[in-house]
Amino acid sequence: MANLKTSEKKTKAQSMGLHSEVLTGKTQQKFFNPDEAENFYYFGTYDVDFNKRTEIDVKNMECREANKKIDELMKDGYGTIVIKNPQGKHSLGVGILNKLNLIFEGSLGYFGCGSMDGPIVRINGRVGWSCAENMMAGKVVIEKNAGSCFGAAIRGGDLICKGSVGARTGIDQKGGTIIIGGDAGAFTGFMMQRGRIIILGDVGINLGDSMYDGTIFVGGKIGSFGSDAVEAELTDSDQDWLRRKLKVAEIGENFDVSKMTKVVAGKKLWNYDALEPTEKKGAI
Amino acid sequence: MCGIAGLIHRGNTSNVGFELQGMLQALKHRGEDSTGYALYGKTDGQNFIMRFKVGENVGEGSTSVMEDVSVYDERKKIVDGYLSDLGAKIIKEERILPYSLRYEIEYDKDLMEFSQKIESVPGVEILSMGKSLEVIKDLGNAEAVCKRYNLDKLVGTHAIGHARMATESGVDIKSAHPFWGYPFSDVSVVHNGQLTNYWNNRRVLENKGMRFMSECDSELIAVYLAEKMRNGATLEEGMKESLTGLDGVFTYFVATKDSLGMAKDTMAAKPLVLYESDDLVAMGSEEIAIRSVLPQEIETYDPFDGEVKVWQI
Repeated sequence: MANLKTSEKKTKAQSMGLHSEVLTGKTQQKFFNPDEAENFYYFGTYDVDFNKRTEIDVKNMECREANKKIDELMKDGYGTIVIKNPQGKHSLGVGILNKLNLIFEGSLGYFGCGSMDGPIVRINGRVGWSCAENMMAGKVVIEKNAGSCFGAAIRGGDLICKGSVGARTGIDQKGGTIIIGGDAGAFTGFMMQRGRIIILGDVGINLGDSMYDGTIFVGGKIGSFGSDAVEAELTDSDQDWLRRKLKVAEIGENFDVSKMTKVVAGKKLWNYDALEPTEKKGAI
Repeated sequence: MCGIAGLIHRGNTSNVGFELQGMLQALKHRGEDSTGYALYGKTDGQNFIMRFKVGENVGEGSTSVMEDVSVYDERKKIVDGYLSDLGAKIIKEERILPYSLRYEIEYDKDLMEFSQKIESVPGVEILSMGKSLEVIKDLGNAEAVCKRYNLDKLVGTHAIGHARMATESGVDIKSAHPFWGYPFSDVSVVHNGQLTNYWNNRRVLENKGMRFMSECDSELIAVYLAEKMRNGATLEEGMKESLTGLDGVFTYFVATKDSLGMAKDTMAAKPLVLYESDDLVAMGSEEIAIRSVLPQEIETYDPFDGEVKVWQI
């Protein structure tokens, strides 16, 4: 496993305010050190060749069988895998810790592409609840709509839905970026802790409810703000970042980001400055 | 957890019994304590179809008390006598199972009085009353119930169904969904979720003369909507009022003789995936339910929080 060191150098992300909070006490804030990259190793990962391509039809497979098949193909060095006929099955493409081009020719059910770290995934359909939950790194692009809890607890990577998403998008998000081309439902960014959410369309009630940190950008109307979510000034730096991000994501390239609303945590909830003595003891 | 599914063919009929069986079987992992169907068949609309039970299914993990089968015959005999007293004429009768019956009845008076009289017989419950609605519910998964009641040949316009994991009430037919919207002809409801103001609402509705047959919180939705409609509200108006009148988390479907509706609570806490086209609307707790009738690539979406939609046949 990698021996992570805290980088002294201020990254561009830090200078743009992405990592605005400084954690103290038992929690240490550590950033990835490129010098240590070669030491990163995950058990069960393989060297794959992106030019080595294959297809599998999962129409008559259970999800475990399909996921095992993907693993076997990666073991054989396939770097591009096309999944035919997913037909809304649950838990496809989960736990992939490899670099991989994964293409789903159809729609996924619940928990698709969860707990993954590294792959680039394109889903030419819709996804059900909790797509890409706990994603660490990589990129997932959904061509149609997504269900609720989209990108729950992701820690990194880019998660892009070109259509609309359900409720609680980015719930408990801890990093990374979620981009929505259409509308988003209620409680978007609920309890998010870090990272960014971009919604080009409208968003439902209780946006950013109980968020600790992170930033939400909304292009359309906002149903209502949740507890402790407040509007902040949209800076030039924000606009630059939004333009670049949308361009890379191939979504809303001509969108007027200057009119977006920026939402952040007001940091007035009990856990910031109104702890009872007994609660403080418990928190420590 | 429970799973719900529904579909409506607009301007057409289809084998809705078979289609709903496929949708509910795809959701069996969400619960298979019991499965229920509300099927809207193709009828001449002249007579009422009454589905009723004179006892419970006491096998297959049931929480019901074992009874001697002979009491079923006694109860049936009393029901037949009451029907005669009410001026109802039995056109056709079928005994599907020892405890489950289907009557075609000629009757043109008040359904509330009718139901109260029939259900005054201990152990008897009207599962549905309508000119096209038939509610069939029993223990086991969708395939088992479909086979037991020969539902796969039923042709109709629309249907809703429920795969139940019993959490807050017993494993028995009386707690199974769908619920008939007593005392309204052809109204049925299925629900996924939990209602937290069940007892408050129930007490109020019971004081207004509405009847509850189980302690299942989902029954409240049927009774709540029936009471709204009794006071002149349209189905859609009643459903919109339910978003604030009912507390808790829910997604429910309601069907009438010529329409199908869905409502989702204001927190969107329970799942629903929807496919909508000019000639077919299909919806379910998960996309795989819809895939059982539409295996090709389709456009589906999750309705947002607080949404109410109603479609006509």
